[in-house]
Amino acid sequence: MGAPQKPKLPYGLLAEFEQGEALIAAVHKAYAAGYRQMNGYTPFPLDGLFEALGRRPTRLPLLTLAGGIVGGCVAYFMLYYASVISYPINVGGRPLHSWPAFIPITFELTVLGASFAAFFGMLALNGLPHPYHPLFNVPAFKLASRDRFFLCIQARDPLFTRDHTRQFLEALTPKVYEVQP
Amino acid sequence: MSDSRGNPADVAIEPHTSGEAPTLEPGQTYASVTDQISAIVLTRHTPKGWFVGFGISFVLLMAFLYATAYLFAKGVGIWGTTIPIGWAFPIVNFVWWVGIAHAGTLISAILLLLSQDWRTSINRFAEAMTLFAVACAGLFPLLHLGRPWVFHWLMPYPNTMDLWPQFRSPLVWDVFAVLTYFTVSILFWYTGLIPDLATLRDRTPSRFAQIVYGMLAMGWRGSAVHWHRYATAYLLMAGLATPLVVSVHSIVGMDFAAAIVPGWHTTIFPPYFVAGAIFSGFAMVVTLAIPLRAVYGLQSFVTLRHLDNMAKIILATGSIVAYGYTAEVFFSYYSGNPYERYVTINRALGPYAWSYWALIACNIVTPQLLWFRSVRRSVPVLFVISLVINVGMWLERFVIVVVSLHRDFLPSAWGMYYPTIWDFVHFVGSLGLFFTLLFLFIRLLPMISIFELRELVHETEEKA
Repeated sequence: MGAPQKPKLPYGLLAEFEQGEALIAAVHKAYAAGYRQMNGYTPFPLDGLFEALGRRPTRLPLLTLAGGIVGGCVAYFMLYYASVISYPINVGGRPLHSWPAFIPITFELTVLGASFAAFFGMLALNGLPHPYHPLFNVPAFKLASRDRFFLCIQARDPLFTRDHTRQFLEALTPKVYEVQP
Repeated sequence: MSDSRGNPADVAIEPHTSGEAPTLEPGQTYASVTDQISAIVLTRHTPKGWFVGFGISFVLLMAFLYATAYLFAKGVGIWGTTIPIGWAFPIVNFVWWVGIAHAGTLISAILLLLSQDWRTSINRFAEAMTLFAVACAGLFPLLHLGRPWVFHWLMPYPNTMDLWPQFRSPLVWDVFAVLTYFTVSILFWYTGLIPDLATLRDRTPSRFAQIVYGMLAMGWRGSAVHWHRYATAYLLMAGLATPLVVSVHSIVGMDFAAAIVPGWHTTIFPPYFVAGAIFSGFAMVVTLAIPLRAVYGLQSFVTLRHLDNMAKIILATGSIVAYGYTAEVFFSYYSGNPYERYVTINRALGPYAWSYWALIACNIVTPQLLWFRSVRRSVPVLFVISLVINVGMWLERFVIVVVSLHRDFLPSAWGMYYPTIWDFVHFVGSLGLFFTLLFLFIRLLPMISIFELRELVHETEEKA
């Protein structure tokens, strides 16, 4: 509509593979060719693919540890505050700071804090929920949740050019799709 | 997109048999497992049995709601619960349901940490069983409160009464334990569902279902980077859920052990409750798995190997439970305490002796059949044994709660317990709630984890 536009860059090029091993081999080749802004899409977690992409391991375990520590500290402080400061009850001279009785709730809330951190941390780091994604424009991509393996080299990679990247991918598999943004 | 089963590109796998029955029947491919499991939800007609089962469960659920409305109007006097038996059916049902819940977490979390590949086909519905059983369990203490509408007093929150819950009481620990357990179970279950919801989104022909499953899948694309974080989160949550299960039922055990009632005041309760929970929970998984695999034709996923392994776990935990019973009897004698001794004599020879001997028959004698391989592999026999154990574990809680309370220290304080019709309506009604939720789950969500089955196909193929 309106004035002619410059041809827009696609989101990237998507190559389809029938075997997980072929995908991993392709990722190794793409990495060796210098591509970095790429991602693999598989129907199940495929061993070795993440490493082949050359990404750093996730910091989710640290986040989970932090969540657990926060949960435990909040719980213990709440128990201490309620039993010692806010509402001290003297029962036959027993200590107000009866820490063994505080352990179970501290433990439960530690687990709760860590689980929340693991779950919501995983979603946040993954950028989910993410209802629209350019990849969903490729009809064949539906098979990524069934039995096909995909490699997407994104247009924002400095080495990306429509023709060269397509040639590179077509040397690996016959099925290459352009992903509209 | 081709939907044909025998796509030559699909990797056909060899069975990996080492004298054992396989975890997955041979000949399955990524596409075939995906299509078979998602077809149960998406395309195939709902079997008649589903409508019958759902209808019966729903009627029972309505009975439960009716009884609850009546309870709210009249108070706990509609039950047979009265002094000296102040804890009766509601607490028996609570402990029974919580116990059943634990097997789901055990299967999904502990077996994941131990890399047991046979967990894959049963973990999803076992986790669902956990959720629904905890939901049933949580209702009973609430209904038993007497004034359920002020249940929020159990939670610590700034209030105009300027009061806090008594944090030194195991009953308050229990509130935190059960709520944490329910929350973590939901998170774990939902995490496991996300990739399968994406599969359903991509495979459903209906636009409406696509939108609903698509929203629930939150835009899952199966990216390698996402999978990496996902697997890390799943493993971490499994590691967290494992000690959680042990803590939850230990705390339920402490509800009793911290009291001075003879028969409750013992240190063996927490571990023995945990073993009993796993025992009854696995029995319930078997009870559910056998009809499901028959009705939905899932024999190639839930194989004899699964049933065999579950039977072995039932036998092992049943032996721990038997040890617990023996230790109870021994320590009541060895304590030298006349009240403790009387509890044992009263259990075995008192007015409720029938319940004690029925419990021994169900929980100790019956599981001994599972020593035989032929019994473990005979589906109907295993089904009956699992039902018997479910009954036995209910009786165990009846013996612990009612029989201990009805005769404590002073004979002048003794009494008998007579359940009313409403006690039974609430118990049977809770089964209705459980099965209503379960039937809805089976119809609307994949009851077997599809992506983990694909992973299993991949691993089986690598091993072959």
